[in-house]
Amino acid sequence: MQIGIKHLLGLQGVSANDIQMLLDTATTFKQVLERPIKKVPTLQGKTVVNLFYENSTRTRISFELAEKRLSADAVNFSVSGSSVSKGETFKDTVRNIEAMKVDMIVVRHASAGVPLYLTKICKSIVINAGDGIHEHPTQALLDMFSIREKTGKLEGLKVCIVGDIAHSRVALSNIFGLKAMGAHVSLCGPATMIPRGIENLGVKVYTDIDKAMKENDVLNVLRIQLERKAREYFPSVREYHQFYGITQERIDRNNKDILILHPGPINRGVEITSDVADGPNQIILDQVTNGVAVRMSILYLLGTRTSEE
Amino acid sequence: MRTRLKNISVCDPVQNINDKYDILIENGVITGLSAPGSDSSGADREIDFTGCVAVPGFFDMHVHLREPGREDKETVITGCNSAARGGFTGVACMPNTTPAIDSAETVHFIRMKAEKHLVDVHPVAAATLGRKGETLSPIAELSEAGAVAFSDDGVAIKTAAILRRVMEYANMFDRPVIEHCEDDSLAGGAMNEGFNSTIFGLSSVPPIAEELTVARDIMMAEYTGARVHIAHISTKNAIDLVRQGKAKGIKVTAEVTPHHFTLTDDMLAGYDTNYKMNPPLRTAEDVAAAVEGLRDGTIDCIASDHAPHTLEEKEMEFEYAPNGILGLETQVGITLTELYHNNILSLEQIVEKLAINPRKILGLEIPSIKEGAVANITILDPESEWQFDSSKMKSKSFNTPFHGTNYKGCAKAVINKGQIYHNDTFSTI
Repeated sequence: MQIGIKHLLGLQGVSANDIQMLLDTATTFKQVLERPIKKVPTLQGKTVVNLFYENSTRTRISFELAEKRLSADAVNFSVSGSSVSKGETFKDTVRNIEAMKVDMIVVRHASAGVPLYLTKICKSIVINAGDGIHEHPTQALLDMFSIREKTGKLEGLKVCIVGDIAHSRVALSNIFGLKAMGAHVSLCGPATMIPRGIENLGVKVYTDIDKAMKENDVLNVLRIQLERKAREYFPSVREYHQFYGITQERIDRNNKDILILHPGPINRGVEITSDVADGPNQIILDQVTNGVAVRMSILYLLGTRTSEE
Repeated sequence: MRTRLKNISVCDPVQNINDKYDILIENGVITGLSAPGSDSSGADREIDFTGCVAVPGFFDMHVHLREPGREDKETVITGCNSAARGGFTGVACMPNTTPAIDSAETVHFIRMKAEKHLVDVHPVAAATLGRKGETLSPIAELSEAGAVAFSDDGVAIKTAAILRRVMEYANMFDRPVIEHCEDDSLAGGAMNEGFNSTIFGLSSVPPIAEELTVARDIMMAEYTGARVHIAHISTKNAIDLVRQGKAKGIKVTAEVTPHHFTLTDDMLAGYDTNYKMNPPLRTAEDVAAAVEGLRDGTIDCIASDHAPHTLEEKEMEFEYAPNGILGLETQVGITLTELYHNNILSLEQIVEKLAINPRKILGLEIPSIKEGAVANITILDPESEWQFDSSKMKSKSFNTPFHGTNYKGCAKAVINKGQIYHNDTFSTI
């Protein structure tokens, strides 16, 4: 039994079987991570390039650790800004990298569709580490893994994603993945941050955070990207915090058992207060630990997959 | 030089004729229309066009020839070759060149480049200097030099105040203002805003960005009494606004591109940059409205928005790739396949959309297929089935999403300025 997908471009269209296999395999790798020697020889001799066209520290480090713990040769290629400013086209860059004989490419890029484009211009296995405001499938998988680890299930669970849905690649991947696994997904945020037509994916949309907290088992609180255009979408950080910030007081008042996730990095005092970020309801650092296990699982299942063609 | 086009049907809605003839052309002028086989006088050359239809030469009122400035994408000559191969005897070229067409010298330069070519080239000049929306371009001088209309195409005229002055001023010379309708503050996305942009994760521009500007421009045309022409209309509500404007007697006309009356934003699922254009592909509802607009006359003409880009520019990450696709060499195939063979428009109506109306809007002489007239003719083979091969294009660029598409109906030849383009060759006629 091997995984159905050849590449991990997103979670749209990925079967429940594949997701199940990815999560179950991650459980095994998590046990590896608990050992004194956290390394297995599974991908020995394979070369993985982390092609990061956008700044990212935690996702890149998480991938790099996962690659090293599987004994793959990991190489980082980071470019800030677009290929345009560099003078070399993206296609040429990729062809140069591939000419060095690599097996897998982990790609992060500000333009949606780049992972799919990569599969068209090179032969490597492609893993999407975030493309534009499209998908971030490994983040969603680690979120799902963490929820499942904590609650024992995904099916029937009510998960609400909170914040700037319109500019989030985490939201879309979570919606596709969670729905495939039978969870009920909803969204909550100011109307200016809810993208058009998203309700067509079969998700409920809240604008009232208290109501959302009362009606859900899990909140996945997105980072407000203050460094990007987010500020244009609400009047002030103060107002955002007042109406959408997750505080211990809100948890106590609405749903004291609610599970809180956050993909990080956290803006303390904006979308989440310190008492929540460090409190009993959150599993934020578990997510980070699980991220490595989940990425090992993906690299392993795709990297050892035998092509039937 | 005497050339006889034999056994050819003639469809000329202006004269209301639709019959089969032998057409005799002497030194570029039609000297005889006779029943097939009835005129046995000598000719230097006879071409049998059995099964074909001669129509007034097609005119594409919205093309980008890229010269001056981006001759690596297209030149006046390669663009004209592309037009001839696509079945056009005339084009109007847009002013978003480098420098912009905002001086009489640039108008002369482009006209001079095209002077000897079969295809007529009529520059549309910038409405404002440098297309910046700040200072009126020398509209009187540009009109005198041969500019047929004024536009800041690529963007809408920036402010209502400048738009008003451009309209008032251009109207003195009976020149229309052609507007690329897009509200600047809502612009900037890589695709149409809607469910698809949400799931594809691409930046998006809402349809209302177009509609707000269409509404502004129609109201301003009413207020000033000037003529406004809406370029590449693409949304249902914008088409409704034009329909309402026309019903009120406002001087508004509109064009639609073949891609906007056939393709939807579903095509962007593969992030192929050959589907990236501005205005972006819209929804099925908008495509249906465009077809209905063509049928009921709300949309006056079909224009390609032929927009050449180099391979390396289009082979880029979707968000960074430039907008626009080629259109001159697929326009007739798409129009005949989708509108004629699907019984949406008759051949006469297609001739109106592709030959008569664009020239009417630009105040150009309308060619006629009759004795004594200059031969300005497009010869169609409406029944021929063919597959579009982008490697055979005459354009300098290759950015088309239509490679490999099958069409029914093509342009077989064009005739103008004493020349014929037939079987991929130009010769005198």
